[in-house]
Amino acid sequence: MATTTAAPGAPTTKIGQAALEVDDRLIVAGPLRRTLNKVFPDHWSFLLGEIALYSFMILLVSGTYLTFFYDASMEEVVYEGVYAPLRGVEMSAAYESTLGLSFDVRGGLLIRQIHHWAALLFVASIVIHLIRIFFTGAFRRPRETNWLIGVVLLVLALLMGVTGYSLPDDLLSGTGLRIISAIILSLPVIGTWAHWAVFNGDYVGTEIIGRFYIAHVLIIPAILLALIAAHLLILVKQKHTQFPGAGRTEHNVVGNRLFPTFAGKATALLFIVFGLCAALGGLVQINPIWLWGPYNPAQVSAGSQPDWYIGFLDGSTRLFPAWDINLPGDYTIPALFWPTVVGAGLMFAVLAFYPFIERKLTGDTASHHLLQRPRDVPVRTAVGAMALTFYVILWISGGNDLIADKFDISLNAMTWFGRIGCLVLPPFAYWMTYRLCLGLQRHDREVLEHGIETGVIRRLPSGEFIEVHQPLGPVDEHGHGQLAYGGASVPKKMNQVGGARRAIKGFFKPIEEPAEVQRQAELDARGLEAEQADRQSISSGRPSEGGRPSEGGRPQAPRD
Amino acid sequence: MSTTNASSEAPLEGGPRRLLRRRPPAGTPAAAARDRHRSKQRRRLANVAGLMAALILTGVAYSAFAPGAIAADETSDSESIAVEAGRELYVLSCITCHGSNLQGVEDRGPSLIGVGSASVYFQVSTGRMPLVRQEAQAPEHPVVFTEAEIAQLMAYVQANGGGPSVPSGDLRDGELAEGGELFRLNCASCHNFVGEGGALSSGKRAPSLDGLTDEQIYAAMLTGPENMPVFGDNQLTPEEKRSVIDYVQTIQDQADPGGAAIGRAGPVAEGLVLWVAGVGALLFGIFWMGTKA
Repeated sequence: MATTTAAPGAPTTKIGQAALEVDDRLIVAGPLRRTLNKVFPDHWSFLLGEIALYSFMILLVSGTYLTFFYDASMEEVVYEGVYAPLRGVEMSAAYESTLGLSFDVRGGLLIRQIHHWAALLFVASIVIHLIRIFFTGAFRRPRETNWLIGVVLLVLALLMGVTGYSLPDDLLSGTGLRIISAIILSLPVIGTWAHWAVFNGDYVGTEIIGRFYIAHVLIIPAILLALIAAHLLILVKQKHTQFPGAGRTEHNVVGNRLFPTFAGKATALLFIVFGLCAALGGLVQINPIWLWGPYNPAQVSAGSQPDWYIGFLDGSTRLFPAWDINLPGDYTIPALFWPTVVGAGLMFAVLAFYPFIERKLTGDTASHHLLQRPRDVPVRTAVGAMALTFYVILWISGGNDLIADKFDISLNAMTWFGRIGCLVLPPFAYWMTYRLCLGLQRHDREVLEHGIETGVIRRLPSGEFIEVHQPLGPVDEHGHGQLAYGGASVPKKMNQVGGARRAIKGFFKPIEEPAEVQRQAELDARGLEAEQADRQSISSGRPSEGGRPSEGGRPQAPRD
Repeated sequence: MSTTNASSEAPLEGGPRRLLRRRPPAGTPAAAARDRHRSKQRRRLANVAGLMAALILTGVAYSAFAPGAIAADETSDSESIAVEAGRELYVLSCITCHGSNLQGVEDRGPSLIGVGSASVYFQVSTGRMPLVRQEAQAPEHPVVFTEAEIAQLMAYVQANGGGPSVPSGDLRDGELAEGGELFRLNCASCHNFVGEGGALSSGKRAPSLDGLTDEQIYAAMLTGPENMPVFGDNQLTPEEKRSVIDYVQTIQDQADPGGAAIGRAGPVAEGLVLWVAGVGALLFGIFWMGTKA
């Protein structure tokens, strides 16, 4: 290695030399440099998917700890542990071991609660991430593959949740398992066979906990991991989308390098997510299985609910009328089949194929790397609002008995609210969102045309009062702005275009002296007076200088 | 009519004498007949008055000569006083819906004959009765009557038709774990795993068992108030009822090792906490990071 050390620019520190040794053998410096220099666009909403990633990491770590103490067996045992109200009660070994890991294992209850909270957060962050992708049009070509993978990840996350929910074999999870069994049985023709295949016999059998356990800790996580890896690799390969703005085009990415800024932020978010899960796990009790009791098919409790992410299916089942279809020859398609299998199937099918449906309807086959503001695509935004409204009504209906109980409303009234609401409110949401989008668009155009309202009222010699508007750019002979809308946020307050002193820094409390900021601003203004004209054109947010295609930044003809 | 007027005008003791003094003089046959008729009436009146006087005298004499017999049975005396006080309370607060003879009033209130003191105790001591208005189910209000008044009402209803009553003694004297099994089997389907309560159809509900006394739970099982079925001693023996009470009260008093109980309401409350506190905190976090850009 004498030749390498002698080379110009060779490392002289110990760490540098060690790194050189590694690079000599693995040749990683080049790819690593490229990766670390990779630029990620910066927007708070791009962090939502990361929350899902970090909660999944928490799930893997906490779940591994739980497997040390959990016994996935349905063997009947008599509890003789520390929890007095269940001592002497017959239960499955799975339930007993879950009680044991909650009460006898050091930190067991905390880890179990962290795991459960992280699971709820995992699905929640996937859903919020999906909503962001949908409303900004990030699923458009070339990202349909990643959209599809994302939908599959969501479905797998739900399966993960359902299997995990069933594992403790308490009275609540057993009730859920009973419903899963009923849904499988409701499948026409293959129902019984499918049930026998899954449960190895009639409900409840002796196998299902063991099978769900393997699915929960091995099969589904393995697929999830592989798909998450594919999701991220495709993201890196295709580069992240960005919102339109000054200097941002379809052909560049404006943001921070992976190292150090983006990595720093990502690590911070990891700790925030972990801190939140730990705080919830330590402070808020979740799924107190010792209160639910062991599963016994003869028992069922009021207020038996699935975790939040299955709530929409519970709701659809509660709302759907009891329409059994009786066919000749003793065949029945139970009413349960429609709101669960068909309903969920349709919802996820439409979700998965939405990019293709939209492409078909709009005829837009171009590649897009710039995002759209929701207001600029009113139809999609309104469709999304409609779908969300439908979902939320099903979701609320999944807990309608608790709402009825706590708010002293008739349960029947809640059911009818859900039935009528899930049909009437989504179209209303569509209409309202559509109008809101148009209104916001018009306001953007109006500000571009007439300028920002300054709040300065001037009285003309004739006696007329006018409000002075600050144009955002050059104006024509009528005083109308000539800037076209560029798909980016339009400044609507004077301090967004430097009309006021810059905001004092500090999120929780000011960390600057206001007087000092004022002095600095005056200093800057004097120093930069010469470049005033140049500055104005930069801060104007003039669009379409970067060769942006027409879709997001459709140029508008100036109006009167 | 004249006789009643006469007797009401005359002092009670002077009545017969005055009648005797006005013996009829001889006269026309018609007058004689009228006199005969009148004297017949007077005789009857005198007889009735005499009888009344004798009865009153006997009563007074009895109470004067036999005070020892009543004093010896003090409980029955205080009981009858309680019944009487209970009747007064009943007439003031309950009679509108349950009728003057506890027979019930159609579309207002059921008959109370045979419901027993247990039912009265549950309904009144939990503030369900007196009812403010007709609803799907009687809501719990602040209790109207004092403990003594509730006992008087119980005595009154018990005295009219009998019925089940809450036993005295330790009502938690049972098997804790067995109580849990019985609770999950018999009660949880309406009252939820831990007695948090739940909704029933058409605005009816199974109330929370939080803060109930042992006696109230026992009385509820015994009498099946509102929509609750009766768990008579054939369904749940007194021993088993004590076990259930033991379980319910133990669970209620038990600390929550996992942290804030969030109503022990299960996944709906958990989802709410996650979306409001959890997701809310994270959004706050990423907004914060956004301002650091």
